[in-house]
Amino acid sequence: MSRIKVELKKKDVDTIKEICRSFNNNPDELINVLHTTQHAFGYLPAEIQEVVARELRIAVAKVYGVVTFYSFFSMVPKGRNPISVCTGTACYVRGAENVLSEFRKELNIDVGETTPDGRFSISCLRCIGACGLAPVVMVGEKTYGRVSPEMVRDIIREYEDQ
Amino acid sequence: MADFKIHLLVCGGTKCRSSLSTILTEQLRTEIKNQGLDDYAQVVTTGCFGFCEKGPVIKIIPDHTIYTKVKPDDAEEIVTEHIVKVRKVNRLLYKDPKTDKIITDARGMEIYKKQIRIALRNCGMIDPESIEEYVARDGYAALGKALTSMTPEETIQVIKLSGLRGRGGAGFLTGLKWELTRQTHGDEKYVVCNADEGDPGAFMDRSILEGDPHSVIEAMAINGYCTGASQGLVYIRAEYPLAIERLKKAIQQAREYGMLGEDIFSTGFNFDISIRYGAGAFVCGEETALIHSMEGGRGEPTMKPPFPSVKGYLGKPTNVNNVETLANVPVIINKGHEWFSSIGTERSKGTKVFALAGKVNNVGLIEVPMGITLREVIFEIGGGIKNDKKFKGIQIGGPSGGCLTEKHLDVPIDYDSLVDAGAMMGSGGMIIMDEDDCMVDVAKYFLDFTVDESCGKCTPCRIGNKRLHELLVNITKGNGTEEDIERLINLASVIKDTSLCMLGQSAPNPVLSTLENFREEYHTHIHDKKCPAGVCKDLMKYEIVPENCVGCTACARACPVGAITGERKEIHIIDQSLCIKCGACMDRCKFNAVIIN
Ligand SMILES: Cc1cc2nc3c(=O)[nH]c(=O)nc-3n(C[C@H](O)[C@H](O)[C@H](O)COP(=O)(O)O)c2cc1C
Ligand code: SF4
Ligand code: SF4
Ligand code: SF4
Ligand code: FES
Ligand code: FES
Repeated sequence: MSRIKVELKKKDVDTIKEICRSFNNNPDELINVLHTTQHAFGYLPAEIQEVVARELRIAVAKVYGVVTFYSFFSMVPKGRNPISVCTGTACYVRGAENVLSEFRKELNIDVGETTPDGRFSISCLRCIGACGLAPVVMVGEKTYGRVSPEMVRDIIREYEDQ
Repeated sequence: MADFKIHLLVCGGTKCRSSLSTILTEQLRTEIKNQGLDDYAQVVTTGCFGFCEKGPVIKIIPDHTIYTKVKPDDAEEIVTEHIVKVRKVNRLLYKDPKTDKIITDARGMEIYKKQIRIALRNCGMIDPESIEEYVARDGYAALGKALTSMTPEETIQVIKLSGLRGRGGAGFLTGLKWELTRQTHGDEKYVVCNADEGDPGAFMDRSILEGDPHSVIEAMAINGYCTGASQGLVYIRAEYPLAIERLKKAIQQAREYGMLGEDIFSTGFNFDISIRYGAGAFVCGEETALIHSMEGGRGEPTMKPPFPSVKGYLGKPTNVNNVETLANVPVIINKGHEWFSSIGTERSKGTKVFALAGKVNNVGLIEVPMGITLREVIFEIGGGIKNDKKFKGIQIGGPSGGCLTEKHLDVPIDYDSLVDAGAMMGSGGMIIMDEDDCMVDVAKYFLDFTVDESCGKCTPCRIGNKRLHELLVNITKGNGTEEDIERLINLASVIKDTSLCMLGQSAPNPVLSTLENFREEYHTHIHDKKCPAGVCKDLMKYEIVPENCVGCTACARACPVGAITGERKEIHIIDQSLCIKCGACMDRCKFNAVIIN
């Protein structure tokens, strides 16, 4: 996979250092450090992982191992409007597959990808605990319940100019 | 609760919040203020009522009125009518889905009749962000009782005698686990609350943490007292922001009230709790994996023994319990083990919380006594199958569990009977399926999940489950053979016997139980190349019925791949080799000429 090299500014490096320091540069806190860092930057490219590894005095391979193990961490930036389709069991039996394929078709990207204009990305979630509203879709923080394939276009349209 | 005459309990659970319950709460408060009722009525945000599909839900105390699907605009009417004029707002009252009768008193509702609320006792009853309300309902009384009038051994004895078993899946006796942790020597020990809840389609633990976080905090402190730990850790999924927020607030409040910290109840007992976040890996719910994750590593399971009680977090004795298990503890201490063990069956005591989802009328959280039958749960509490369809199966225990059928409807729900029937208690997900669900597809879905979530450490799970999944994919594509069934069964038994952790060991369960209970459906896929439920796309054929086709060309214009040919006013034909089964033609045809075969 081709990858865009990320240039970290001094300010960014300082932010990461600051985050590590707030966890006492303790390697046991790696997951919490990564959560906070991803929250600040939106994703965790290799360059960020290198700084974290240096600060916590652990191998980059260890950081990489953890980032790739947990699905919550992402090495690619998400879209400005991240779309998450719940594919938990309740949503699945109520037709989440069809909703998901409609999003893929409409946006012309696959799960885990971002549209070229950076506006949308699609990911799958497993049960956000709103099974009563299945199938459920989230765009950013907003939740849509009882989504049918027909509603997909309207949902996308809501974010068209963002 | 204070001196208010009327309490409006607004559900603030995740589902209701996603359907605007926060705005509704504001509107109700404004309305009450505008009408000068500030001293008379109070609006309280609570945890989930277990009614989620009909949200936002409001319950009014003392008359037990339940209003469902309430919109912010309804606030005025509720205040003016219900509170001022004491007249119920009929159009918002809950309607029984079976009889269509309006229910005016929630206590008479089928969905509540068979339930006993122990773990969920405070959910939907108190404001989870207020420690005072928790205390007003006997909160922290059990901690006080244990610390000031019972020895750790006596406390453990009560839990042991109560018969409480772990609600996280394995069903291990809780008191025994506490005793083991107590007996292991260690300069430091830890108490861990497992709030990872990875089963897709389950949300019991989250609802408890959102609706009653103090009960878990109190139980962890009691656990610390019993086992000799002074540090508690909650491992919670990062995907649960509301539960995290409420838990953080509750921990802070408990510290301010001296329920956490140093010298609790002036007994010299010290205990505090910190939070660790999961990051989206199902296997981290397994206790050894969870501990590695808390230590900052990849969440890969390791061999047991040693059990965490002996060698856990940072190598120290660690007591791991599930959220729901813990939520039961304070009540048992307050009411005594005899009371608790009088509920349930011989070997499964107390209640279990289930997340009822899928094709039933009442979707939501329920808490029922052990020993209740599946029939009662699905047809009485759950209100039967949606749209009067036919019940087909129920998946219990999530991806590790099994799929039961009509013939199991009278099986009592307890740890042992479920295992005998080929399923398991698991954490409490119950997915109900109807005639439109394909069981081969369901098995494939769960395998897809386990393949995705396997940590990859051992071969039978990493590769074996992948092969199982491929076999199922083949069958759903119409390429299966009779021998594939034999292969599935053989491979499944190898995986079960040789995987390191329960994730791998239980992954084949959905395949085995669907093979057991729905064998003829597999056969139809293999021999007739048909999916009776109409789910498996590759086995479906879109066809045009010549008698109905008027030749309007609508379908041909809609087809994205040009698979439909035919002149205007003549019968159209679908070229099966081109058709991608998108269904566009069927949507477009106004004459019901396109059918699925
Ligand atoms: C793959 C896998 C996933 C698990 N997920 C959870 C979970 O999400 N929550 C939980 O409490 N227990 C889970 N468990 C069970 C735990 O390993 C452990 O038995 C439990 O937390 C002990 O608490 P209890 O005795 O109170 O049930 C899981 C087990 C396995 C094998
Ligand atoms: S059985 Fe699966 S999840 Fe468990 S340790 Fe082996 S590979 Fe990992
Ligand atoms: S849309 Fe229906 S009626 Fe019209 S040509 Fe197609 S099949 Fe025939
Ligand atoms: S199902 Fe789709 S691809 Fe097949 S004929 Fe109809 S419109 Fe064309
Ligand atoms: S399965 Fe989708 S919200 Fe629970
Ligand atoms: S979230 Fe409101 S009733 Fe469940």
